[in-house]
Amino acid sequence: MDHRTPIFIDRASLFLSNNELARGTRWQRTATDLPRPSRMNQLRYATLRVLQTIPVLFGVSIVVFVIIHSAPGDPIVNMLGIEATEENVARLRQQYGLNQPLYIQYGYWIGDVLQGNLGRSLTQNRTVLSLIASRLPATLFLAVASMVVAMVIAIPAGIVSAVRKGTAGDYTVTVGALTGISIPNFWLGLILILLFARTWGILPPGNYVSPLANPVAALEHVLLPAITVGTAFAALIARQTRSSMLDNLNQDYIRMAKSKGLPNRTIFVRHALKQSLLPVITVVGLQFGYLLSATVVVEQVFAWPGMGRLIWLAVRQQDYPTVQGTVLVVAALFVLVNLLVDLTYSYLDPRVNA
Amino acid sequence: MSTETPSQVSGSGKSQSHRAWRDFKAHRLALAGFIIVAFVTLVGVLTLVDDTLLDSAIITTLYYSPTEPIFIPLEGPSAAHPFGTDSLGRDVLARTIYGAKVSIQVALTAVLVAAALGSPLGVIAGYAGGRIETVLMRIVDVLLGFPALVLAIGLVAALGFSLTNVIIALGIVYVPQFARIARSAALSVSSEEYVDAAKALGYSKRHIVFREVLPNCLSPLLVQASLLMAFAIIAEASLSFLGLGVQPPTPTWGQMVSSGSGYLTTAPWISVFPGIAIFLTVLGFNLVGDGLRDALDPRESAERRF
Repeated sequence: MDHRTPIFIDRASLFLSNNELARGTRWQRTATDLPRPSRMNQLRYATLRVLQTIPVLFGVSIVVFVIIHSAPGDPIVNMLGIEATEENVARLRQQYGLNQPLYIQYGYWIGDVLQGNLGRSLTQNRTVLSLIASRLPATLFLAVASMVVAMVIAIPAGIVSAVRKGTAGDYTVTVGALTGISIPNFWLGLILILLFARTWGILPPGNYVSPLANPVAALEHVLLPAITVGTAFAALIARQTRSSMLDNLNQDYIRMAKSKGLPNRTIFVRHALKQSLLPVITVVGLQFGYLLSATVVVEQVFAWPGMGRLIWLAVRQQDYPTVQGTVLVVAALFVLVNLLVDLTYSYLDPRVNA
Repeated sequence: MSTETPSQVSGSGKSQSHRAWRDFKAHRLALAGFIIVAFVTLVGVLTLVDDTLLDSAIITTLYYSPTEPIFIPLEGPSAAHPFGTDSLGRDVLARTIYGAKVSIQVALTAVLVAAALGSPLGVIAGYAGGRIETVLMRIVDVLLGFPALVLAIGLVAALGFSLTNVIIALGIVYVPQFARIARSAALSVSSEEYVDAAKALGYSKRHIVFREVLPNCLSPLLVQASLLMAFAIIAEASLSFLGLGVQPPTPTWGQMVSSGSGYLTTAPWISVFPGIAIFLTVLGFNLVGDGLRDALDPRESAERRF
C-alpha cells in the first residue's frame, strides 16, 4: 500500500503530500491535466484513509500505555502508602491485574478505554473522562479563536506579499513571519499581559469565560491568549499563502487571463486566490497539532482552564491515570482532525484520489 | 555554508538584477543568522566547559556567579548589572549567559539523536520499499500522531525531569521529521543512475544504502536539522518554563522567564532578557535553515526559478 497520508506537515515540506515528496515535485495546478476521478475512487480513497487511521490510533495507544508504564514508582505502593503490608500490596496487585503480563494489562486497559473508561484521577476524586470533559471546551475555544486570529492576519498578509513580490511590503511580511515563528509563545504571552493588561489595562489577562455563558466577555478574554497562540501559526499561514499564490500567479491560466486584458483585481481575487486557498486551508488543518502543543504552554501563562493545564498539573502531581488519559485523548483528537482535513481535501480536490 | 547559491538560469536583464537583489537579501539574512548561531553556540560551549570542568570559575572571575544570590534582589538594569537582578538577588545577565549552555546542549544533542535514529530509518524505508517501508513508516506515523510538545511532556513525565531525559524526549519526538525527509530524499536518489551502477557492480545492499544513497540525501537533512534546532530550543524552553525540564539551580532561559512572570510589573527585566535570548537564538537557526534551503534544496530553488 502506498504511503500517502500527509499526517504532519513541517515547514520544509508545506503542502507536499508524501507522494509529491516522493517524486520531488510539486503539483502544478493546471485545470485540465488530469481526468476527474469517479465518485468510486473518492469513496475508495476515503475508506482507505479511514482504515489507515485505525493502526495509527492503535499504535498511539500502545505508546501511551508503554510510556506511563515505564514511569517510576509502584502505583499500588503509591495508593497504599509505603507502610502497607506485603500481603495487602499483593492482594491489590492481583485485584488490579498488575501481576499479569504487560500485553494482558494493555488488553484490559484498551478494553476499558474503548468503553469510555479512562480510569480515576489519583489526586481528584473524579474520573479522568469527566476531568477531560470539563477541560476540553476551553482548549477547543482557544484553539479555534487562535486559528481565526491567525487567518485574519496571515491570509491578507500573504496575498499582499505575493502580489507585491519584492517590494517593501513583501519584505515586511517575510520578516514578520520569521519573527512570528521565532518568538517563544509563553514569553510573548507575558509581554502581551504586561502591555495590554497591566500597563494599559485595555484587555483582561486571560481568564476563561465560557462563550455560551457570555459571548462578548468570552471574546474579550480569549483575545490575548489567542494572539499569543496564533502568532506563530499566522507566520506559517502567511508563508503558505504567499508561496501558493506565487505558484498560481505563474500558471498558464493567469497568463491567459492577463493577455485577455482582465483587470489585475479580478485576476488575483477570482482566479489566483480561489486556487491558492485550498492548500492554505489544508495547512491550517494539518497544523492543528501545533495548536494543541502551543495551548499546553499558553494555558499556563493565562491560567486557562483547559487540557494543557490539566496535563501539566497531572504531570506535576504524578497523577498517571490522568496523564495517560489526557495524552491519549489529545493524540486521538489530533489524528482524527488530520483524517478530517484529508477527507475534506480529497473531496474538494479530487486529484488526490487518483 | 551560506555563501553557496543555487545556479541561476540566465534571464532578461531586469529579472536578473531582481534575482541578484533577492539573493543578496537572502544571503544577508542567512549570514546574520549564522553570526547569531555561531555566537550563541560559542557561548553555550564555553559555559558548558566552565560549568562541567571548572565549577563556574571563569564566569565568576570575569563577571558574577549565575547561581549565588549575592546582590540586592529586584534591582533594575544598571552599569553594574546590565540586565538587573532577579528576585533572589542573582545577576540576570550572568544567568542569561549560562542559559545558553542548556539550550545549546539540549537542542544540539536532541537533534543529533533524532538525526542518527531517523535518517537511517527513512533511507532504509525509502530504498527498500515494500513491506519494510510500510512497517517503518507506520511507526513514524504513530509518533506523528502526537502533538510534538505533548509527546515530549508525556515522555519526561515518565522518565523524570532532568537534562538527559529532556534530550531523550526531544530526540524521540523529532525522529519522524528526519525519517520522513530522509525517506523522500532516498526515494528520489534511488532512481539515480549511480545507484543502478552500484547495483550493477554488485555492491551489497548495505553499501548502497549507507555509501551511495544516504550521503546524497544529506542536504535536505541538513536543512531540516537547522530548522529543528530552532524548534528544539523553543521546546526545551517551553518544558523549562512549565517546570518540566532541567531543574534549578541550573539556570535555563525558560525557567528564568517563568520565575520572572510573578514580577512582571515591578521587575520585567527578569523575564524580558532571557526571552530575547531565546527569540534571537531561534531566529538565528531559522535564518540559517532558510538560507541553507535556498542554497541546497534543488526542489525549492527550482520552484523559485519560475
